[in-house]
Amino acid sequence: MTKVAFLLNGTPICIEGQPPTRTLLDYLRETQGLCGTKEGCNEGDCGACTVMVTDDAGVRALNACILFLPQLDGKAVRTVEGISGPSGQMHPVQTAMVEHHGSQCGFCTPGFVVSMAVAHANGQTDHDTTLAGNLCRCTGYAPIIRAAQAAEAKVVPAWMITDAARLAAMGHDGGLVSAVEFRPTTTAQLAGWYLANPNATLIAGATDVGLWVTKQLRDLTQIAFLNAIADLKGIETAGDQITIGAGTTITDLLEAMRPVHPSFAELLRRYASVQVRNAATIGGNIANGSPIADAPPALIAMGARLTLQQGDTRRDIALEDFFVAYRKQDRRPGEFVHSVTIPTAAPSLRCYKLSKRFDQDISAVCGCFNITVKAGKVTSARIAFGGMAGTPKRALTVEAALMGQAWNLPAITAAMALFGTDYQPLSDMRATGEYRLQTAKNMLVRYFHDLAGAPVSVLEVQS
Amino acid sequence: MSIGKSLAHDSAALHVRGEARYTDDIPLPAGALHLAFGLSTCAHGDITAIDLDAVRAAPGVIGVYAQADWPEMPDCSPSAHDEPLLAVDQVHYLGQPVFLVAATSHLAARKAARLGRITYAERPALLTVDQALAANSRFEQGPVIWAKGDASTAIANAPFQLDGSFEVGGQEHFYLEGQVAAALPLEGGDMHVYSSTQHPTEIQHKVAHALHVPMHAVRVEVRRMGGGFGGKESQGNALAIACALVARATGRACKMRYDRDDDMMITGKRHDLKIRYRVGHDAEGRILGLEFTHLVRCGWAQDLSLPVADRAMLHSDNCYHLPHIRIESHRLKTNTQSATAYRGFGGPQGMIGIERVMDHVAHATARPQLEVRRVNFYASMDQAGAPQQSTPFHMPVEDFIGHELVAALETSADYRARRAEIAAWNATSPILKRGIALTPVKFGISFTLTFLNQAGALVHVYQDGSIHLNHGGTEMGQGLNQKVAQVAASVFGVPMEVVKITPTDTGKVPNTSATAASSGSDLNGMAVQAACETIRARMADFVAQKFSVDAKSVRFAGGQVKVAGEAFAFAQVAAWVYQGRVSLSSTGFYATPKITWDRVKGSGRPFLYFAYGAAVTEVVIDTLTGENRILRADLLHDTGTSLNPSLDIGQVEGAYVQGAGWLTTEELVWDEKGDLRTHAPSTYKIPSCSDRPRVFNVALWDKPNREATVGKSKAVGEPPFMLGISAFFALSDAVAACGDGSVYPALDAPATPERVLMAVQRQHDV
Repeated sequence: MTKVAFLLNGTPICIEGQPPTRTLLDYLRETQGLCGTKEGCNEGDCGACTVMVTDDAGVRALNACILFLPQLDGKAVRTVEGISGPSGQMHPVQTAMVEHHGSQCGFCTPGFVVSMAVAHANGQTDHDTTLAGNLCRCTGYAPIIRAAQAAEAKVVPAWMITDAARLAAMGHDGGLVSAVEFRPTTTAQLAGWYLANPNATLIAGATDVGLWVTKQLRDLTQIAFLNAIADLKGIETAGDQITIGAGTTITDLLEAMRPVHPSFAELLRRYASVQVRNAATIGGNIANGSPIADAPPALIAMGARLTLQQGDTRRDIALEDFFVAYRKQDRRPGEFVHSVTIPTAAPSLRCYKLSKRFDQDISAVCGCFNITVKAGKVTSARIAFGGMAGTPKRALTVEAALMGQAWNLPAITAAMALFGTDYQPLSDMRATGEYRLQTAKNMLVRYFHDLAGAPVSVLEVQS
Repeated sequence: MSIGKSLAHDSAALHVRGEARYTDDIPLPAGALHLAFGLSTCAHGDITAIDLDAVRAAPGVIGVYAQADWPEMPDCSPSAHDEPLLAVDQVHYLGQPVFLVAATSHLAARKAARLGRITYAERPALLTVDQALAANSRFEQGPVIWAKGDASTAIANAPFQLDGSFEVGGQEHFYLEGQVAAALPLEGGDMHVYSSTQHPTEIQHKVAHALHVPMHAVRVEVRRMGGGFGGKESQGNALAIACALVARATGRACKMRYDRDDDMMITGKRHDLKIRYRVGHDAEGRILGLEFTHLVRCGWAQDLSLPVADRAMLHSDNCYHLPHIRIESHRLKTNTQSATAYRGFGGPQGMIGIERVMDHVAHATARPQLEVRRVNFYASMDQAGAPQQSTPFHMPVEDFIGHELVAALETSADYRARRAEIAAWNATSPILKRGIALTPVKFGISFTLTFLNQAGALVHVYQDGSIHLNHGGTEMGQGLNQKVAQVAASVFGVPMEVVKITPTDTGKVPNTSATAASSGSDLNGMAVQAACETIRARMADFVAQKFSVDAKSVRFAGGQVKVAGEAFAFAQVAAWVYQGRVSLSSTGFYATPKITWDRVKGSGRPFLYFAYGAAVTEVVIDTLTGENRILRADLLHDTGTSLNPSLDIGQVEGAYVQGAGWLTTEELVWDEKGDLRTHAPSTYKIPSCSDRPRVFNVALWDKPNREATVGKSKAVGEPPFMLGISAFFALSDAVAACGDGSVYPALDAPATPERVLMAVQRQHDV
């Protein structure tokens, strides 16, 4: 049983005797009686449970439904009840939501208000992005956006910026070891413990493992929470290589990739939602081994190397070699993803995510292309796809067919036919296999036009 | 006057502070139990064994119930007594509740519900309309057929004929608040039920039936729902009944809420259907004869499918005069969730059929789509204001404003110039193509089951002048309570804060109809107005007598009562009337006039009036992937004289996005076993923030309703949903831009990227 100390709406609390997989949402609603935070889906897809969390990294929005209490240790949580001032004053986003008719049934509203208050505190005005993780079924969103815009220029209320100072004053030792739960603060601690307990579940952001608990109703008997390991996070550039620590959140990665790999950054911008990107880590996205994870195809197309650690030993493999078969990875007992390394330069990298909905959807097909053309000929080609096989996978036959060829539509058309050799995609609720294969082929055509500077994205067209 | 003011939703301040209380937020007494269903994993089969030992042994479990525990299994159906609370001997869809768990927490109940071991002898499952049609598996004896004129001859004699068929997908309501109910046992076997329902009286009726008590022993209360959209008209019955039964059995309060996945697996959705059409037309695209066949997938139980399918037929004309038409509607019984009410109640499905015909005929005749629509419009009233034409169900169209409204929108949206600009742009854009469409809406207002068109209200004025307002309608976000409170405040001439909105309560207003069919403010607004006028008349009489003047001269305005040249505070007058021993409480009642309907013949006046609207949507598609975007939408919608323009605009904007979602991203997918694979927001995609039109111009057509409705307003809940149809035909237009005009795009709905790409490829394959 866990012991967790955090600030809740400005008040220090210490929880003992709760199972380590108790979600913050259940704790708020059932134990604290703070019923403003709503359950809409219990899987991190609707945002009705959005809460504001403050720590050394700043202020961010998270989904309380897939957030386990130990992940909050030493942090500050504000629910919708804490977005209003201590004397009941309305936050500017709350006032704007009323004035602009931003609520109808009101059930999604607390989540929107918290997301808006976090964006407001951080000075973010890209509302389509900051609110992509909040679903509303009533309003059609237009009045909510009007409200968000109206609040932009308003001053952040004093009570919204007290958590960081209170946290510092509260002090926190961190770390915890028990039979069922381990909260290491260094990679070395994790490595030793995991080697001794190789069947334990590692939880970084809990954006997938959260659903094992809330949807599959699994009992996790032994858990290591990784989010307090500082030396597993961070992005470092050395020479022509960038090394990304496994514990780096997708949000932090997105920011770092914007200047160097803008197409990868745009792919990451469509990775789930703000709330999920704030929790999810690049290590989790890789280690999970999902065939439809968004980052691996892009990383493979860039020629990423994966560093794995087992005890004190580290090894380095090509990322594509990590994915052995459906949900099977080249990972030894007690071994975990340490970091991933990519080149600083990949100017021809283009990432194409195809899904039914643009934001916060899982890829039906994710195609990433990185082809170098010199003097009109293809001199290197790396193409990797998600959603086309049981793993993220390179299109080796297509790559081989393109190598050395002239970079023109006839050569591309000839190579397109070979996608069927590389991939035999399945049909599921996201798309048929035929559609996946056809669009994989078409993406190569898109890539050709894209590199030539022709408009290829519906997202860039205006009325 | 508060009527007509753009006031915020009455609960807006509570919503934004997280203080608005929903059913799951109501504190329950200690020892309350939480319920969960164990669900069928088989779409159709005989139950051969039920082993619930592991369920009973699970931590926190207090009670487990299956068919053997309730020999007389309670029924949940709103119509046909064909929905046992728990499966009896057979299962009819994958996801059907088979057993019920009561445990000490929601999580414990859910965990235990996974432990049941049910064995089935599987039977063949009918999953599609084609399978059901072949097996003659249907509700009612055969298809319902309504006809006007002689469609077959008219088609044969027309200069041109065409035919086609297409599929229209269903739609998950995705109310953000899932289904939930709670029951508190009272003394003497009575039951107090809280339910997130659009139909408290139905809950009361079904719970009373299950408990074998008169309706007077059951009180149902609803403060608000977190969204309804039709999905809480009948689908909450099972939860309320389960809670009441276990509450009676254990003497403990019980609550049940579906986890989102369970909600989507158990409950009904919008009816999907296949529409076949055969058309005879002239060179201008005028429809001379038309035959529709609707193959409606109703699911395993009847629920509301018959009136839904009726309404689809009733909207097969939309804004178009069809002198020779025959509509054949098959209500097919399948082994899937029982499809139910969803905003528009079949109307959208019927309407998209005729809009498809217009689009197809325009393509076939190579005429501009809008002109083809126009030549088929109903005629406006003649100079004496009399109707010149009637609907396929023989109702004179007395209020057609399509010509004026569409002309206004065509201008404000700059439709013609943009069409030309888009064509020029497309000529230079090989990969991306844009499209644009204007579609109109005419939607009939009234319940087609005529007796439902009634409402009651209860109003009290207290001696301090404060007013307690209650009526039979329920609040699901549409702002009904605020509109009705505006009516009440206007009658008494008092500020809004004087009027207290109170939860819908079967103990205050009995025998209510569902808040459905867009009828909420029409019906309840009038009932409240009647109640308030009764009390106001008593107050006027009292003060008139006191000051020896005519009661007609007494005025209620600005929080004051003006009599004999003096003004008194409303509260002062209320105190006088109370002290004068005159009742300050009244009921009010309203029954919609003029309506008559013979659904067997398909003839009469089912609607008091029509609400109109039109939309222009512009889209862009990617011809390599089928990805698509709405770029701009211009909406003009008829609300009559709006009771609250801001709330009405909110309804119009939200309905459009929901309607466009139905026809684009929202795809329900069942596998070959009948397992719904899209049962959570991870796989079922309602529009998100960035899917709204980037340019979104919304305006109200606010000419007064010609009928005597409350404040001359019109119903607004459902009609604008069908403005979303314009997005679908804009996509069709963009697809057509990929070809040489020889192949009709023939899109199915929803137009997912995959369907759009397939349609584009058909253009290229020429």
